[in-house]
Amino acid sequence: MTRALDEIKIGGLGSSRKRVEDNRFIRGRGNYVDDIVLPGMLHMEILRSPMAHARINSIDTSKAWEIPGVRLVLTGEMMATRNLAWMPTLSYDTQAVLATDKVRFQGQEVACVIADDPYIAKDGCEAITVDYEPLPVIVNPNQAMADGAPLIRDDKENQHDNVIYDWEVGDKEGTDRAFAQADLVSKLELHYPRSHPSPIECCGSIADFNRATSKLTIYLTSQAPHLHRAAIALVAELPEHMIRIVSPDIGGGFGNKVPVYPGYVVSILASILLERPVKWIEDKTGNLISTGYARDMYLHGEMALRKDGKILAMRMHADSDHGAFFSDAQPSKFKIGLLHSTFACYDVPAAHLTARGVYTNKAPGGVAYRCSFRVTEAMFFQERMMQAAADDLGMDQAEFRRRNFVRDDDFPHRTPFGFLTDSGQYGKCLDVGLEAIGYSDFLKRKEEAKKQGRLLGIGISAMTEPLGAGNSREYDILGVKMFDAAELRVHLTGKAILRTGAKTQGQGHETTWAQIVAHELGLPAEDIVVEEGDTDTAPYGMGTYASRSTPVAGAAVAMVARKVRAKARKLAAHLLEVSEEDIDWELGRFYVRSSPEHGVTIQECAMAAYSNMPDGMEPGLENVAYYDPPNLTWPFGCYIATVEVDPQTGVWDVLNVVAVDDCGVRINPMIVEGQIMGGLTEAYAMSSMQFITFDAQGNCVGSNYMDYLLPTAWEAPGYELHEVVTPSPHHPIGAKGVGECATVGGPAAFVNAVIDAIKDTGVRNIDMPLLPDRVYEALTQRHDVSGAPPVKTDD
Amino acid sequence: MSSLFEEIREPVASDVPVRRVSITVNGEKRTADVEPRLLLAHLLRQGLGLTGTHTGCDTSNCGACTVLFDGKAIKSCTMLAVQADGHEVTTVEGLAGPSELHPIQEGFKDEHGLQCGFCTPGMMLAAKALLDENPDPTEDEVRWALSGNLCRCTGYQNIVKSVLWAAQKLQSQSAS
Ligand code: FES
Ligand code: FES
Repeated sequence: MTRALDEIKIGGLGSSRKRVEDNRFIRGRGNYVDDIVLPGMLHMEILRSPMAHARINSIDTSKAWEIPGVRLVLTGEMMATRNLAWMPTLSYDTQAVLATDKVRFQGQEVACVIADDPYIAKDGCEAITVDYEPLPVIVNPNQAMADGAPLIRDDKENQHDNVIYDWEVGDKEGTDRAFAQADLVSKLELHYPRSHPSPIECCGSIADFNRATSKLTIYLTSQAPHLHRAAIALVAELPEHMIRIVSPDIGGGFGNKVPVYPGYVVSILASILLERPVKWIEDKTGNLISTGYARDMYLHGEMALRKDGKILAMRMHADSDHGAFFSDAQPSKFKIGLLHSTFACYDVPAAHLTARGVYTNKAPGGVAYRCSFRVTEAMFFQERMMQAAADDLGMDQAEFRRRNFVRDDDFPHRTPFGFLTDSGQYGKCLDVGLEAIGYSDFLKRKEEAKKQGRLLGIGISAMTEPLGAGNSREYDILGVKMFDAAELRVHLTGKAILRTGAKTQGQGHETTWAQIVAHELGLPAEDIVVEEGDTDTAPYGMGTYASRSTPVAGAAVAMVARKVRAKARKLAAHLLEVSEEDIDWELGRFYVRSSPEHGVTIQECAMAAYSNMPDGMEPGLENVAYYDPPNLTWPFGCYIATVEVDPQTGVWDVLNVVAVDDCGVRINPMIVEGQIMGGLTEAYAMSSMQFITFDAQGNCVGSNYMDYLLPTAWEAPGYELHEVVTPSPHHPIGAKGVGECATVGGPAAFVNAVIDAIKDTGVRNIDMPLLPDRVYEALTQRHDVSGAPPVKTDD
Repeated sequence: MSSLFEEIREPVASDVPVRRVSITVNGEKRTADVEPRLLLAHLLRQGLGLTGTHTGCDTSNCGACTVLFDGKAIKSCTMLAVQADGHEVTTVEGLAGPSELHPIQEGFKDEHGLQCGFCTPGMMLAAKALLDENPDPTEDEVRWALSGNLCRCTGYQNIVKSVLWAAQKLQSQSAS
């Protein structure tokens, strides 16, 4: 008779265990960077440029120095004396720390004041005068590529225009051939507007240089502490072992807290110069106008089709606006991230993609905002094209997708641009979604409503996306390979501590990593404490973003637990006085195969590791595992939204949203569902209200929460969630990434639904966000509405 | 401030006016000399060390700083400390006693109403103000009452559930 523990009861895999981190958060006892107070701590503020493009003639800081309580004023010129005026970006470009020659975007960092309190530091910034000489401003790719366009990066040798790269991938000739044979060619042009991850907590740092020990401790809003340690070692030329990054509780990241920002660097130098801790906490405007933007891409697509609905080929061109410095935080060797993962879930025989990146007078960034490096643009493009093509063919949009899906028995499948997808049940997910939303009923209701002048629409979006960079062959950041590690130490009483190089920011690692250990070792999850974020104690890791933690760090957790179990097996054999080959494992216990009632628990093995190990065995029960994934994981999501558009106003209401996610094995279903609902809300936000744009002078529109609209509980729709489970064939516990699928796949569902509702007008596209006035314009003027509202920068 | 040792500091600048305020925070009277421009949120966080009150914006939009002011939910980043003189303030630290949880706190944990936790204190206090006035709200009433608070992680559905969970628990408590 088995004495295996009940996995759900011990909080193992599949248990919707309540989160342990909540115990402090609900009491207001979280420990975010701004909550940390160190003795003698000073405060830093940044003076930012009001101009988007201007030469700096002079900076006068004398008045700031006179303010009582001001300790230090730093400008680019002073940074330059230490070789710190510029820093390398994650995309092999350079970025100004504090401007020296000119400012290149509104909000760029110009000077810093360090003072006794943050109010005095702000006073100091106000007392600085900067003499700017305005230069012509570029706010979109067309302007950037125009003949005679002003050169933004005149600091770079051999940079004679504003083009950063031209890149292509795919089979051009094969694609041309397929187009020549097409019955129909469908075309679409899209703009994915500039957006910002905008976690509610802004970025910040406390640099604490201790002259006595030469150690630099930095409390940092960091999604990737080890990566930041390496970057700071390189930028500041400090020995890596003398840098300790502590990433405490993080108030949301979504990609915003991956790059290295000038504020971090200046606070470090200030602490070294003053030998006191220096805290820098960004305000929301600083966060929105200067830190990692996302998207901002113009996409042109063409699809070659056969009459029966088979896709023959795809062409795609992207113009990507990278702002003033090319600082995309992405780990691939591909210039435009994983944009070419587009159409991964469809069988497309030939495809070709060209991409051009340009500099503009806008903030740099290009972060993977709740997505895996440009896959949001890729999947939005894909699913908008799918709808346009279905409409052009006059074919049902669900049927058109089904006809072109990669089939369940076609895995592994080589995507049109060379990725290898490994598993999925795309048709089944679509069926579950259509059933849940009541597809055929809705189509009938839609026809009836039309007779009464009401506009109903339904939008589908289906996608698989590559999550979990690396493998180390293809993915690295500044040469550091994209693996992850976990370290597990089981104490003599059978309690344990697990550390990883990932960094939770709301994903609940403290809860879920313990569940993986519980699954592998049979220790109750509550007996395992999880620690992340301190580079002095955590094993190496590339951090948490792009839904990579469960695919990579989570796999490392399973592997380290297996290593520990392998040693526990030796201890069990010793305790049971049999040979290792004669014992078996069931959850929580080793037993003698021939007499199962004789066994020892994992806790008894742990005790023996410290008190009764066999001769010659190293004491202790701990290990570390580095995990280099063989491939990315490929979750699938199918999102379906129904809407009603008010023809009088252009206002659209969401009626229902159904999400079907196949992320393989779910570690904690409650947490997975929480991630999906959060992702769906950001998808709704992007489709309906959230965007950043610029006027012709480069003034940022969307620099605070008055202009940069996030949905509240009032606007956010409700969601109905469903699951399909296709375990990953290569992940140790069969899991796939999930945190960002709904943000990636969701926007097209909402946009497709609105376009479906107004299809009779002949309108094929309204660019996001679908603000009521834009929908109204499309409805009444019967034309597409393109570009970013409300300031049309294209004219 | 320690009674064993109190450092006498030279005033930083003699022309900075300060005013003495007395505010009852979580049931305890706290007295401080403050600059008139000091925001209540900063007094709570930096002055009194009550860091459960967060700040997430500069425009009174996010609600992370929400506290109860004489029982009403207000955004403490939008009030000067001097305006709070003589009033009562409740922060997240005052929702329940040291080893207890308020049903709203329990509800947020039970219904997974938080992820990063940054919006959570503000959400819970906005919820408390609602439930104090309306013990049995509908889903729409909860959504409306929380519409001054932004959450970037959860998508709100579970926050709404958490508040409804707490409403039920509070009602069954007062019934028994
Ligand atoms: S800090 Fe955002 S409303 Fe107070
Ligand atoms: S839980 Fe992160 S902002 Fe609400």
